[in-house]
Amino acid sequence: MSFKKSPFTFSLLCFGFAFLYIPIFLLMFYSFNYSKVVPVWGGFSVRWYVELFQSEEIWSAVGLSLQIAIMNATFATMLGALAGIAMARIKRFRGRTLFSGMISAPLVMPEVITGLSLLLLFITMAEIIGWPSRGITTITIAHITFSLAYVAVIVQSRLVGVDESLEEAALDLGAKPYRVLIDVTVPLLAPALAAGWLLAFTLSLDDLVIASFVSGPGANTLPMLIYSRVKLGLKPDVNALATIIILIVAIGVCVAGWILSRQEKQRMADMQMAEAEKYDFSDEPQSSR
Amino acid sequence: MRSRIQSKLQSAELWQAFIIAVPYIWLLIFFLIPFFIVLKISFAEYILASPPFSKLFRLADTGAMYMTLIFDNFVYLWEDDLYLNTYLNSLQISITSTILCLLVGYPIAYGIARATPTAKKILLLMVILPFWTSFLLRVYAWIGLLADQGTINNFLIWIGIIDEPIKMLYTDFAVYVGIVYTYLPFMILPLFASIEKLDMTLHEAAADLGSRPFTTFRTITIPLTMPGIIAGSLLVFIPATGEFVIPDLLGGGNVLMIGKVLYSEFNSNQDWPIASAVAVVLLILLVVPMMIYQKYQAKESSGE
Repeated sequence: MSFKKSPFTFSLLCFGFAFLYIPIFLLMFYSFNYSKVVPVWGGFSVRWYVELFQSEEIWSAVGLSLQIAIMNATFATMLGALAGIAMARIKRFRGRTLFSGMISAPLVMPEVITGLSLLLLFITMAEIIGWPSRGITTITIAHITFSLAYVAVIVQSRLVGVDESLEEAALDLGAKPYRVLIDVTVPLLAPALAAGWLLAFTLSLDDLVIASFVSGPGANTLPMLIYSRVKLGLKPDVNALATIIILIVAIGVCVAGWILSRQEKQRMADMQMAEAEKYDFSDEPQSSR
Repeated sequence: MRSRIQSKLQSAELWQAFIIAVPYIWLLIFFLIPFFIVLKISFAEYILASPPFSKLFRLADTGAMYMTLIFDNFVYLWEDDLYLNTYLNSLQISITSTILCLLVGYPIAYGIARATPTAKKILLLMVILPFWTSFLLRVYAWIGLLADQGTINNFLIWIGIIDEPIKMLYTDFAVYVGIVYTYLPFMILPLFASIEKLDMTLHEAAADLGSRPFTTFRTITIPLTMPGIIAGSLLVFIPATGEFVIPDLLGGGNVLMIGKVLYSEFNSNQDWPIASAVAVVLLILLVVPMMIYQKYQAKESSGE
């Protein structure tokens, strides 16, 4: 790293990253504290992890949260991909401004407003058509609604960077529009779709406010459970749970990032190879890799 | 032949309509309509019933439908000092935190943009990583740091700077720290994007012409990175104004913010009309910054 030119910038960066990471590391550190009082060190121990694994309440919350997160990520990715494709590829249609507003607004909308408005909608719907009952369904619908906006933005910015001529060529060669979507656009979008799915998954796992608004009796997601415990003060078992969650997420993000960047490199190499083959008229057929 | 082309064009159009319609209808039902319901209920009256609000539309005996709009909720919000102060306090807290976030985030974004390509990738990942880990847990981490018996106070007492703990948790300060900490990635990423685009030859030219570094920064760097500054600030300011978790966990009962008031009006007091009116006013306050942000977002994602 070449920071020699400005030690000033380097020290600013160090302070910045220390600020970002020290609280997380301290949180993890205290999860191995034997003492019941969090900031008082009582020796190394894994007792909070043991207690955590024996807690039925936590396991059922984890199960519910994962179930919602997976459903949410899958539906949000499909809907968000369609929205992103519409925004990037269809330049003009009626109500486009409203559409783009509805995609970018959920990204900044205060959670209390989204939560309140969705709950009032669900109650009104339940009164009129008798569906949905509050719980896992309503939380999932609420999560899909804000996650799809994130996916749409990722997909849209990816498509802007991809040449439209591939899709046009396929259409010219007689491919049906839906085959073009499945055979050309979706593979081009694969990294964006994977990133969008992961983001939607974690956004859902992380949401407290919207879930507390739209949830019904008995449906406690993991963040709701953590929140109710945190409200009672510092809890070492929450630290242990936090450590596990943070480690899983960190490893997941790093692995996903590594796979995606490798695929991207592979794709670039393939493209270059294809470019090279195009101008290569020698008799020997080139091996593709 | 002609009919084949036509049918093909038609199917392409149908297909396009499908791509647009599915997410469009979803967002209309689950994003736009809910706001109108909130608006509707904010004009209703609190009654002891389930659901706890009066009906806006009634059928008269003659069969005609009439509508009663009750402005009491908004009058109440205006007249009650609690709400007015809470709105002002929320704005003050979110503006201050946005400025602090900018002051902390700019040097970091600048440092990353000027790093070598490999370092840049790693540093960016390190900025994004906390964003993927739980928001709630990152706020929780600060309770342990800021508490009277927390890590910071224990450390300061241990090295002998202070004799008794400084009160940090449950103050405005704790809320500032919480907002800056959790929203920092949202500030850094747009800043980074616009600093990276900056043409460094401008700096060299300015330096050659005898400009001092600070003058160059003030007259060249800042104006040219303004899009990033505005986008980052809006990404922090808008959600922070309605923030609930941070003032609730780090501010305790001492810090009034509108997100918390809305939450308790709805959940503890069960007063849905007032909660809806609070949401409507909050939305009105935020609609201009949101439109500016939307414009920026549209420009950014269309690749201009």
